[in-house]
Amino acid sequence: MLTHPKDSQSPNPDPAGVSKPERQARRSKPGSWLVLLPWLAPLLFLAIFFLYPLARILWLGLNPVSFQSLTAANYGQAGYVLLFTFYQALLSTLLTLALGLPVAFLFARYNFRLKSFLRTLTAIPFMLPTVVVAAGFTALLGPRGWLNIALMHLFGLVNPPIIFAGTLGAILLAHVFYNTTIVVRLVGNALSRLDPRLAQAARSLGANPLQVFWRITLALLRPPILAAALLVFIFDFTSFGVILLLGGPLFSTLEVEIYKQAISFYNLPLAALLSLIQLLCTLAFSIVYSRLITRTNVSVNPRVNVPIRPYTFFQRSFVAFFCFLLLVFYLLPLSSLPIRSVTRLEADQGQRGQVHYGLTGDYYTELFINRRDSIFYVPPFDAIGNSLGYAALTVILSLLLGFPAASALARPGRLERILDPLLILPLGASSVTLGLGLIITFNKPLFGSQFMLLSSPWLVPIAHTIIALPFVIRTLQPALASIPDRLRQAAVVLGAPPPRVWYTVDWPIVSRATLSAAVFAFTVSLGEFGASSLVVRPEYPTLPIAIARFLSQPGGLNYGQAMAMATILMLVCGIAILFIERLRLPGTGEF
Amino acid sequence: MKRFSILPILVVLLLSACGPKGPVTLTVMTHDSFAASEGVIAAFEKANNIKVAFLKSGDAGAALNKAILTADAPLADVFYGVDNTFLSRALIAGIYTPYASPLLAKIPDEFKLDPQSRALPVDYGDVCINFDKAYFSSKSLPVPVTLEDLAKPAYKGLLVVENPATSSPGLAFLLATIKHFGPDAYLDYWKSLRSNGLVVVDSWETAYYTNFSGSSGHGAQPMVVSYASSPAAEVVFATTKLTDSPIGSILGPGTCFRQIEFVGILKGTRHLALAQKFVDFMLSQQFQQDMPLQMYVYPVNSQASLPQEFIRYAQTASQPATLDPALIAANRDKWITDWTAAVLQNH
Repeated sequence: MLTHPKDSQSPNPDPAGVSKPERQARRSKPGSWLVLLPWLAPLLFLAIFFLYPLARILWLGLNPVSFQSLTAANYGQAGYVLLFTFYQALLSTLLTLALGLPVAFLFARYNFRLKSFLRTLTAIPFMLPTVVVAAGFTALLGPRGWLNIALMHLFGLVNPPIIFAGTLGAILLAHVFYNTTIVVRLVGNALSRLDPRLAQAARSLGANPLQVFWRITLALLRPPILAAALLVFIFDFTSFGVILLLGGPLFSTLEVEIYKQAISFYNLPLAALLSLIQLLCTLAFSIVYSRLITRTNVSVNPRVNVPIRPYTFFQRSFVAFFCFLLLVFYLLPLSSLPIRSVTRLEADQGQRGQVHYGLTGDYYTELFINRRDSIFYVPPFDAIGNSLGYAALTVILSLLLGFPAASALARPGRLERILDPLLILPLGASSVTLGLGLIITFNKPLFGSQFMLLSSPWLVPIAHTIIALPFVIRTLQPALASIPDRLRQAAVVLGAPPPRVWYTVDWPIVSRATLSAAVFAFTVSLGEFGASSLVVRPEYPTLPIAIARFLSQPGGLNYGQAMAMATILMLVCGIAILFIERLRLPGTGEF
Repeated sequence: MKRFSILPILVVLLLSACGPKGPVTLTVMTHDSFAASEGVIAAFEKANNIKVAFLKSGDAGAALNKAILTADAPLADVFYGVDNTFLSRALIAGIYTPYASPLLAKIPDEFKLDPQSRALPVDYGDVCINFDKAYFSSKSLPVPVTLEDLAKPAYKGLLVVENPATSSPGLAFLLATIKHFGPDAYLDYWKSLRSNGLVVVDSWETAYYTNFSGSSGHGAQPMVVSYASSPAAEVVFATTKLTDSPIGSILGPGTCFRQIEFVGILKGTRHLALAQKFVDFMLSQQFQQDMPLQMYVYPVNSQASLPQEFIRYAQTASQPATLDPALIAANRDKWITDWTAAVLQNH
């Protein structure tokens, strides 16, 4: 997010009115071990649940003894996979920015009828399991997808003209589909906080709109754009499900290769080597990015720009074009799931004529019946409850840990500059490796007690929080950094006690970012990102788990129920996002 | 609704922190495909006054690797789900403690691959090629009978298989071809399949639901590597009641690979007697008869009877391919790597 990052490092006194010497004075107060205090909880958390398990599994694979089992061919293979991983991530990121930036602009600047619907629509893919997204794309673009059938009818073709699955195009399309929401949210938030006076000043000094856009708006947006690009790049770089399900066996990213080596070949040394490469790359990206954004100054404006209705011809066509584009790009693949979940399509098979095509609610009613008396049957409302329960815990946990870290980062000292790139590391860790690391670390009862973390349901929200934390910190930090100290000082001078200062000064500014952070944490958890799917799961199956169970057995009813469950997941996601965004926290609308 | 559904899990999570109380819990680690009837498990729990907890741990390979990695402090008492393609890895890692269950007497010797009874057979299934009946009848195309048939021009572009590096049916089918053609000639066969328009995908789900035309996905290939029991599943899980399965299996000699799944007691269990009882239970008639419609596998206990759906719609292969687990263990990495080079690379 980093809308206003690290203003203290700017060479000029920042617009908040706090000069550099003043900040330095504050930083070098005696008792400097106190700077560690806000870091205690988040660092302890990451050390116990992320760094230590990861170090253990990497050591198991790469200790001097097992290290020697690596062959020259292994290194060649690693190099080849690394190249492809880089290549597809770079292409995906550029394409995601190409769609995400105008859309961020669209949402931040204009009010129009479909806005909140489209905003939610773009956020939904982020939390859908890859199996479901792949099914949606296949229904649309597969060999028997609507588009191919339409084209074949239209032009009298024998073979489907569009070949989708198993191509680089499919990988890129799916990555853009998944990650555009990151750009929209990070850049959009920054755009709506941009000080309009700068653009106005430039206009009155004779700059034309294009110059203003190029030299003011875009220049000021560099940090959030870089932040978004980095996050998108890391997600594409560590891509797993998309490559397996849509890219097919011709393509292999580091994460896919780690899975093959660790699970199929049980070649832990090579898996650990690849994980280490992936981790170091992520670290390098984070450091480069930290350096890049510290060179940029951003003005601070706690005011939120009010979006306008489009009125000129240019604005109207811009809005209309992108609304259309988003509807086509998101609604077509996403709507194929609900449509499929109420369509009876059985056969063209053994008994033609006996089968009735048409609409059906069977798949939904069937969800409520445990027809096989299975011990693993999960009623849909329980699955929803479990998913929401885990998501709620993830939101709470990641906000509790994220707030102190973000406050410390908002006033960066030497310690913060070192820790900053480390905080993004969980996103770049291989979830296969981390999953195995968590298992070998927590397979013993904790502290001699009876409590086994691994067989308790706690490990799931913890694994989700590891991934959500970088998002939460990146979202909260710029908002916290943007609070001008003079506002606090004024409140203190006027006699407000500290809690009241926080409530009247900090909270109104921070509440929006908190909501944003909560949405991210929520989506990360609902979508079952990262290592959570690779630890053991005792009870409480979630929606994605339920979908996977249906898809693991043959039969029309299973497929239909998987689509019905996926539709429910989509609805739950959509409603939850709308609900969180509509929350009017006290103070939010006051400025 | 939201608050109501979250509340129970929060309460349970808080309670779980207090540590387990009440009857002893026997933990069974399995792969994700494990399934059983509530009633059958409940009867076992009641008879022994225990609670059975199942720890689902990923696909067959992932679950086994987790069991091996945690061998110093096992997560469970019993581990179910290692098959004959992974058996040697489990035995070499030494995760099991032997148990010569009296019920082994009811199991034919062909399933007992571990003479020391560390891993006991529970079920078997044949990985075969499923075909879309409607496709072949509408084109008046004869259904292939042998592996060699699949390389004929008449079947160009009609077969989808799974990548053996990421899918266990994919590996099983590769092993069937190795058994049939021999370790020196199988790659030539695969090269001929490749030039005959072979489609390779990474997972069974994709192969079956996206590519296979006989499933609900209505894909482009009328033949898929799946299980001999899939035709029965298509009838049981049909949207509209069917009297015949829309798909069939190619069961000719050597075209299928027989997968046998095993259970074993993990070394270091604190409930050895109960774990042995559970293994007996898995081999008993009651559990064995429950398995087919839960997991779509066949019972190894020769006294267990099959459900009607299996008798009518599913068949096992008469001469399925099998390979010595030790041979598989010694060569699987090489075979998969060579296969990848021959079928997927150098385009």
